[in-house]
Amino acid sequence: MSTTRPLHHAFMEAAAAHPDRTAVVEPGQASVTYAQLEQLSDRLSDRLAAMGVQRGDRVGIYLRKSIDAVAAIYGILKAGATYVPVDPGAPPARNAYIMANCAVRTVLVEARVADKFRAELQALGADVPLLVQDGTGGGEPLAALLDALDAQVPAPIANHPLPGADELAYILYTSGSTGKPKGVMLSHENAVSFVDWCSETFQPTPEDRFSSHAPFHFDLSILDIHVALKHGAALVLIGEEAGKDPQNLARLIAEEQISIWYSAPSILALLAQFGKLARANYPHLRSVLFAGEVFAVKHLRTLCELLPDPRYYNLYGPTETNVCTYYEVLPPVPAERSTPYPIGKVCSHLEGRVVDEHGVDVARGAEGELCITGRGVMQGYWAMPEQTARGFYTGADGRRWYRTGDIVVEAEDGNFTYRGRRDRMVKRRGYRVELGEIEAGLYRHPQIEEAAVVAVADEEAGVKITAFLSCKQERPLSLIELKRFCAENLPLYMIPDRFAWQTGLPKTSTDKIDYQRLKEMA
Amino acid sequence: MQRLMELKEEMGATVKDFILREFLPGEAPENLTDDIPLISGGILDSIATLKLVMFVEERYGITLEAHEVDREHLDTVHDIVELLASKK
Repeated sequence: MSTTRPLHHAFMEAAAAHPDRTAVVEPGQASVTYAQLEQLSDRLSDRLAAMGVQRGDRVGIYLRKSIDAVAAIYGILKAGATYVPVDPGAPPARNAYIMANCAVRTVLVEARVADKFRAELQALGADVPLLVQDGTGGGEPLAALLDALDAQVPAPIANHPLPGADELAYILYTSGSTGKPKGVMLSHENAVSFVDWCSETFQPTPEDRFSSHAPFHFDLSILDIHVALKHGAALVLIGEEAGKDPQNLARLIAEEQISIWYSAPSILALLAQFGKLARANYPHLRSVLFAGEVFAVKHLRTLCELLPDPRYYNLYGPTETNVCTYYEVLPPVPAERSTPYPIGKVCSHLEGRVVDEHGVDVARGAEGELCITGRGVMQGYWAMPEQTARGFYTGADGRRWYRTGDIVVEAEDGNFTYRGRRDRMVKRRGYRVELGEIEAGLYRHPQIEEAAVVAVADEEAGVKITAFLSCKQERPLSLIELKRFCAENLPLYMIPDRFAWQTGLPKTSTDKIDYQRLKEMA
Repeated sequence: MQRLMELKEEMGATVKDFILREFLPGEAPENLTDDIPLISGGILDSIATLKLVMFVEERYGITLEAHEVDREHLDTVHDIVELLASKK
């Protein structure tokens, strides 16, 4: 099975075949050709080798989405190392935790956050040399940094080590139920098997122009970057601010002639409602892919009405497997339909089964947990052997199956439908949210006596989160006070949609908070 | 000058009324002051912000530019009123 080539080889072949084609675009700002991206990433790889970075080492990327960041990804891979991208908007303390956790050899970081970040690393006892560049954009700040380092001591041209199929290509950190992020380890084989499945399913060509809407620390970016640049296509980067503004996005899709769009459903729902899509034409748009949460049918219907021509694909899968099932939605969406579309069938490079709580296969039509095995399934969580062990079970066939935690039902036609979670995690606007983390945030308020958070499916928003609270004083906090407190203590995407004050929360016979009862009340 | 003051007052009351009705059911109106942070304070999420923009565009017959729909321009009732008044 280890015939898999390393992830970056497909890009290098595309660069050899299409040196003058556009590889990456920063709309309205800059673009680079395949040859330029190849050269810049080669230079970084030489510099990393000169710093002593070896096959199997981790290298962090703490840069805004940019040509620089794409060059960093390929430079790190060419050095035989594993790239670790973090959210450039997250607190430096969180990013320092991640970089210390997986013991990176160095981090590419922007000057604006470098001092704070360095201090946070030192506080954790991590002595990591940083590669500090002055901003991002067009690859120029990265090139300037490499020029400056070369002027001191030139980096000799290094051979590219050849990582094995089971060595790590990247580590993506996701929300952990304990409040500490956990690092999902993906190997070259994991990545390449997924990228090859995308090639087979979506048939990209060098004429395609891919959107890059998701941030690079999200697994959606794997498809955007590595599928586009395998096929000689163009990757159009959409920054975080532009990415939230539906009218701007609609204009960008038209002007940049995006042909393959991929994002969380929530941004497509915003586009459908607020993007004024009818203002422009989108003749190039041929595929719309979405993943990360349930797409509320109401908004999907509107989108398909406004944009009837592209093909629509509902992709499903946790970071641990990347996409593992998919379903093509065929417009129009019937007016009477209100139930979400299925998540579909298992991708060809993977296998799935549905089991009960004892790990026994359930009959078709019964609810159970979806488990996945095959070439795309992660190697485990970085430095978390117990969590890794809990994430898998070994089947009677001796194979290791990843437990998605998602409860599904298989229909007669073999398509799976998503029913909910086994645990207390929900997906909201594409983010993983642990309800326990919201409760922990609420309990930090001195006046809150009890907090219980439940999520229920919602036709409009996909999921609605309600916090039930009881307080220590007569007068409960006002809604404004509560929301402001949450905004200071939780990421904005975790703030509940509703707050309900109770005089004591309902309890079960064993005196635990009765979540079933609360769900009915929500 | 007098007319501008009156216009701003009316706009402030209208915006507050909309926010209270749509996003803060049950909140005492006096708690929603002119300088409470709406977006950074977790009161308006991205969808709520867009709904507010649609409402004021329709109500006052104006158009907000894409770059104006952000925290910098819309974070308080005061900011919103200033932006709206500049378009009248």
